[in-house]
Amino acid sequence: MNPALSVILFTTLSGTGYGLWLWLGLRIALGPRAYDFEPIGWFFALLLGAVLTTIGIVASLWHLGKPLRVWRAFTQWRTSWMSREGVMAVATLAVAVLMVAPLPIPHEIVQRPLAALLAVCALGTICSTAMIYASLKPIPAWRHPLVLPGYIGFALLTGGLAFAALPQPTPVLRFALPVLLVLTIAMAILKLAYWRAIDAKPLPQTRGDAIGLPNRKPSVFERPHTEANYLTKEMGFVVARKHARKMRVFSLLLFAALPILCIALAIATSRPWPWLDIATLCAICGAFLERWLFFAQAKHLVTLYY
Amino acid sequence: MTALPPPSKKKLGLVIDLDTCVGCHACATSCKEWNAGGIAGPLTDERPYGKDPQGVWFNRVHSYELEADAATKQPAQTLHFPRSCLHCETPACVTVCPTGASYKRAEDGIVLVDEDKCIGCKLCSWACPYGAREYSHVEGVMKKCTLCVDRIYNDKLDEIDRQPACVQACPTRARHFGDLGDPDSDVSKLVAERGGVALMPELGYQPVNRYLPPRPRRTGDDATTDDASQADTGNLAQRWLNRILKR
Ligand code: SF4
Ligand code: SF4
Ligand code: SF4
Repeated sequence: MNPALSVILFTTLSGTGYGLWLWLGLRIALGPRAYDFEPIGWFFALLLGAVLTTIGIVASLWHLGKPLRVWRAFTQWRTSWMSREGVMAVATLAVAVLMVAPLPIPHEIVQRPLAALLAVCALGTICSTAMIYASLKPIPAWRHPLVLPGYIGFALLTGGLAFAALPQPTPVLRFALPVLLVLTIAMAILKLAYWRAIDAKPLPQTRGDAIGLPNRKPSVFERPHTEANYLTKEMGFVVARKHARKMRVFSLLLFAALPILCIALAIATSRPWPWLDIATLCAICGAFLERWLFFAQAKHLVTLYY
Repeated sequence: MTALPPPSKKKLGLVIDLDTCVGCHACATSCKEWNAGGIAGPLTDERPYGKDPQGVWFNRVHSYELEADAATKQPAQTLHFPRSCLHCETPACVTVCPTGASYKRAEDGIVLVDEDKCIGCKLCSWACPYGAREYSHVEGVMKKCTLCVDRIYNDKLDEIDRQPACVQACPTRARHFGDLGDPDSDVSKLVAERGGVALMPELGYQPVNRYLPPRPRRTGDDATTDDASQADTGNLAQRWLNRILKR
């Protein structure tokens, strides 16, 4: 599939933003009372999440042929994961705004339920994004069972690092750092398993199946057109094998190896700065590369015809 | 509406005979001609002339070489394969659409795009396994085969012309149009008679269009017997008779 920059930016940055909100929501909803209203912690987290998700959403608008009609995309939530994603994204933003809005009820009463709602909505948005891809039958690499956990994992990882990098009370950090360490290692394993799986089994159908003669062995004699067309450009993207292997190594280095090192240093020095900031940036870049590969290496069944 | 309507009784679609298709591209070009001038949505070209001409087509004709098949004693052959929308009964191209621009008509099962609602997100083209949707960079919306709705229901046209442009243009009559929901229709009978198949049925899209597989070719064995009989008899009339009786 053609790795469109707009979509990769969108899934990476929005993923980080929603992941950040998910952690924030969990922390306020479940965390000990003493840390509920850390003066800057959660306000900055809300703001940073809003900035990241907004940049992501604006990037995704480039991908549209008619961005001015985007309001129509909220109407088909009964069947379309893309529509559900839109609805969930707006709901999440609404909850985030409510958390800082002046409310008639004292904030202490509604804060925890609102935070819990924020976490649920953020998770819903992440899952909807993943399901846009995971529900497409013509692209077997995206139907893989590790795609949904992969999306959730990357959101938790990049968002979690960004969240931990914000000013946090020491006990929160003491809890968060080991969790992030485990998560990073788990994501590296998950991605390796996913890459192995898609390498082993690229397409379940054959060209014979595609033309309705499953028992024959067809080879292309003449293409229907001499130039490229929308289909060959959009679905027929070919990435050189060598290239892909290098990108995988870079991606693993960035989203796993370096963050693991940084988190270890943060634990050892018991100082988050600058280690967590570096880890966050590395992980976002690694996730970006990983997303590029997710698109570039996925094969669409229509390529069977060519 | 992006939700699918209940299954319609009428299922308009195409039946394409792979035995007689000669790969002349007449269907593809006449589709382009009709739909570039029709009202259902002009078929755009990005760069119609020059070095790398590019544009949208609803119908494209592939040509393949089939390897000889020992199991069924089929010789190697070329096969021409026109590819257009199959007007599936449960098409994900419709259900994934976030705007309701893609829809399947309840009355006759035709799958269409409302270009005034399409935001050009291209998701539907990802969801179609058959490559039947093409995006127009010029207009920013998705395009696909309309089954020539603006012809088949057009009472300004003579009855005989109320057929898809591709069907009418085909010089070998490899394309047939009709109601595949009605078991007594000509197309349904043709499908039954020739063992018409749906493409990649295991994906669950339930295409309406059917492809008729090439008829079995007489095998190479035939030729050897002929040669043998030729040696035996050496008589032209007898060889012909022999051949006719063998059928
Ligand atoms: S062939 Fe493709 S575009 Fe046509 S109805 Fe089926 S899934 Fe949709
Ligand atoms: S490209 Fe248009 S028709 Fe296709 S899914 Fe997007 S909005 Fe719907
Ligand atoms: S039915 Fe009409 S729109 Fe569809 S391929 Fe044939 S000519 Fe083109």
